[in-house]
Amino acid sequence: MIPQSFEYSVPNTLQEALQLLAGGNAKVLAGGMSLVPLMKLRLAAPEHLVDLRRITGLKTLSESSGEIRIGAMATHHDLDSSPLLRQRCPLLAEAAKHIGDVQVRNLGTIGGSLSHADPAADYPASLLALGAKVKLVRAGAERTLNLEDFLVDTFTTAAEPGELLTEIIVPVEEPKTGVSYQKMVQPASGFAIVGVAARVRKSNGQISLARLGLTGVAPSPFRAAAAEARLQGSAGSAEDIRQAAALVSSNIEANADIHASASYRKQMAQVYAARALHAALAEAS
Amino acid sequence: MKRLISVTINGKQRTDEVEPRLLLIHYLRDVVGLTGSHIGCETSLCGACTVELDGKAVKSCTMFAVQVDGCRLLTIEGLVSNGKYHPLQEAFWNEHGLQCGFCTPGMIVACKQLLERTPVPTEEEIRHGIEGNLCRCTGYQHIVNAVKAASAKMGI
Repeated sequence: MIPQSFEYSVPNTLQEALQLLAGGNAKVLAGGMSLVPLMKLRLAAPEHLVDLRRITGLKTLSESSGEIRIGAMATHHDLDSSPLLRQRCPLLAEAAKHIGDVQVRNLGTIGGSLSHADPAADYPASLLALGAKVKLVRAGAERTLNLEDFLVDTFTTAAEPGELLTEIIVPVEEPKTGVSYQKMVQPASGFAIVGVAARVRKSNGQISLARLGLTGVAPSPFRAAAAEARLQGSAGSAEDIRQAAALVSSNIEANADIHASASYRKQMAQVYAARALHAALAEAS
Repeated sequence: MKRLISVTINGKQRTDEVEPRLLLIHYLRDVVGLTGSHIGCETSLCGACTVELDGKAVKSCTMFAVQVDGCRLLTIEGLVSNGKYHPLQEAFWNEHGLQCGFCTPGMIVACKQLLERTPVPTEEEIRHGIEGNLCRCTGYQHIVNAVKAASAKMGI
């Protein structure tokens, strides 16, 4: 369990880090909770690691003009314990609480998790339901992408060599929005077999906003647009929820592994979507 | 290429030259000579290697020693102060919170984190707080009892 040799750099500033990454051979070390186990198993053998831990500007959480900006190096514990997030974006704080275990949450970061793009990671369900954006920076340029466009496929993101994910941007939650994250846990690893995040708002007795993000089910986390459309404008009755939940996995190719077959995952996606919608609607009305 | 790291371990500062790929647990056990923290699963699941890094419980098998340059570490050996056991160590002894003892050093460091964040935890909070540590002997009940006893003692 000894990784291959590598060169190690620990820059003090973002500029230094971007210069080190510009060559394209270096891999970013954030919390290391996914990368270090991969290196120990020699499934990954980067030549050069750039450790971001000293760049203090990448750890901040702040709110301005209706948005919350989360530094990519903020840990899951930082998110779970942040009064700002708990009050202003509770769905994301809730997602952070479900990740791994205490020790993993103390080191693992939101930017690292998203960049690793594990198809069963917890964050994307909530972040997709929130309409999150991510900021990618390279020496001399930056761009902002919708999370949907960043998460390309299993373990694959839209970040190009030399580009660094620096910030995750989510909207401040409007009052009376009901949110819930429901997760079917694989008990040994803590990963989601199925994870569903729901956000709903009602006005005049009708659902005025419905967002559903799913993780663990397919090669990449996704938003269930058909189910959202079914709920929009409805009263959110038990029958509405049942019919909407039935749509979350109807058109997808589900993952299969030793823990759950594809058809079981699709079935559980519907069950957990219904639970998340019931819980979110109970908060919204 | 080896790098120089400077670390404060259990209150004592030291400087060592290490290869970047040296894992923190191997540094602690083989270089520093602190063998209290154990290597269990080596895959970040069992928690036997748990140590405190700048006040936070971490799994030392899933970090490189170079990542703790400039940091403070606390291992099970550092919990004794002035020849007296930490209340958690006493409670694990009194409540039979261990049988073989392999998980105990990591378990106690994780429990210390738990009591710092939640001084009077419920049973559910205790079980949630030690979710990153496996014990194959006790069935956890005696560990839960030990944490409750330590919590009561530390609250006095």
